[in-house]
Amino acid sequence: MRVFTAVFAIASGVIVLLGYFFPIGQLDQLRLQLIDWAVIIAGMAVLLGIYNLVAVQMEKIRAQQKGSLYGVLLIFSLIITFGLGLLLGPNHPFMRLAVDAVVVPVEASLMAILAVTLIYASIRLFRRRVDVTTVLFLLTAVLFLLAVMPTPFGPIPGDWIITQFGGMLSRGGSRGLLLGIALGTLLTGLRVLFGIDRPYGGN
Amino acid sequence: MIGVGLLILAALLLLGLTLWRRRTPATLRVIEAYERLNRSVGIAVENGTRLHISLGRGNLFTARGGSAFAGLAMLRRLTERTSVSDRPPIVTSGDAPLTILSQDTLQSGYRAAGAEEQYRFSTGRLTGLSPFSYAAGTIPIIHDENVSTNIFIGDFGNEAALLSEEADRQNTNLIAASNNLSAQAIFYASAQDPLIGEELFAAGAYVGAGASHEASLNVQDILRWLIILAIIIGAGLTILGVPI
Repeated sequence: MRVFTAVFAIASGVIVLLGYFFPIGQLDQLRLQLIDWAVIIAGMAVLLGIYNLVAVQMEKIRAQQKGSLYGVLLIFSLIITFGLGLLLGPNHPFMRLAVDAVVVPVEASLMAILAVTLIYASIRLFRRRVDVTTVLFLLTAVLFLLAVMPTPFGPIPGDWIITQFGGMLSRGGSRGLLLGIALGTLLTGLRVLFGIDRPYGGN
Repeated sequence: MIGVGLLILAALLLLGLTLWRRRTPATLRVIEAYERLNRSVGIAVENGTRLHISLGRGNLFTARGGSAFAGLAMLRRLTERTSVSDRPPIVTSGDAPLTILSQDTLQSGYRAAGAEEQYRFSTGRLTGLSPFSYAAGTIPIIHDENVSTNIFIGDFGNEAALLSEEADRQNTNLIAASNNLSAQAIFYASAQDPLIGEELFAAGAYVGAGASHEASLNVQDILRWLIILAIIIGAGLTILGVPI
């Protein structure tokens, strides 16, 4: 069985890759068919993921672990929204209200906490590590913030120099990082394609 | 055609260098974060504390899934190494297919270590499907599950700040790397020894995942030099007015 899953996974990967580079007739059709199957499987995976979430919370509640009350709340909310979502559909005003009145404000609050957290992390950085790159990192961040943030007096003097000159350096740096990441992704993909890494339980 | 050529070259180099690395293991430069990781694994097993490995939200249908696969390769090796521990590592992710793969990887790791009975499906968890719900579901695990080391490797966004803040509050070790530039900046500010750029993909080689991971690093170096040459030649030709 393990050999079969590995052969099937590798063959699917090779067909999709070949179909991407050589979009000819049947090969392209087969590629699209395999991607459609993968999308359906991913949809089922979401349901399994939700089952996993509920099972973990149920275990917490059963063992009366710390925070199990939040688990009750989560399961209760999940059942209500899932059930009503199935009955009413995602565009029903109640479902929209659930998103607009609960999900959006909660995520906005977390975003606000995030802003404070980032400032705090930047301050702590000097306590943790004081070297040239740290100073450059913080200096660049502060200069960019000054250059792009709105002030009551309009743009600060020299903002153009900061965004153009500093931007040139930071764009170069980020492209370098992205090239490295692209190469890493390529090699990781090849290892999976060759069956050297088998995260689907094959080895 | 350049893409196909690059792919074939990378594939041939990977296969050739993997065979070579099986006979001649590579000497890797010291990366402080991975040194700390290897120390932390040993300490976690001895102390009876947990590792928490978060694989991010890398959708496997996109290029962002690459970092998740790198995290899974590392997870497999860490599972084997911690299989003797009373407290198994907990793996969290924000993508459902990735959660299933993490459970499969945990099971494979235990099986390889001859301890399959230790596997619990509840140790591979989906904690949320949106960035902030993922962070909100992961923070209690860092807080409540007796975690001594947090390893964040994968695709993260700005929510990485909330996770690393919680790791810092709990006074735990933090080893963090991401393919996302925003998350890299956040981790640079919050981790003791940040991992930058492609260092994320070196995780497997540094935890002893095998010759293919070491060979991957060699291939990356070769391809990087080729790209540098291509950029320099391209810039030179542009300056000379030669159309490319």
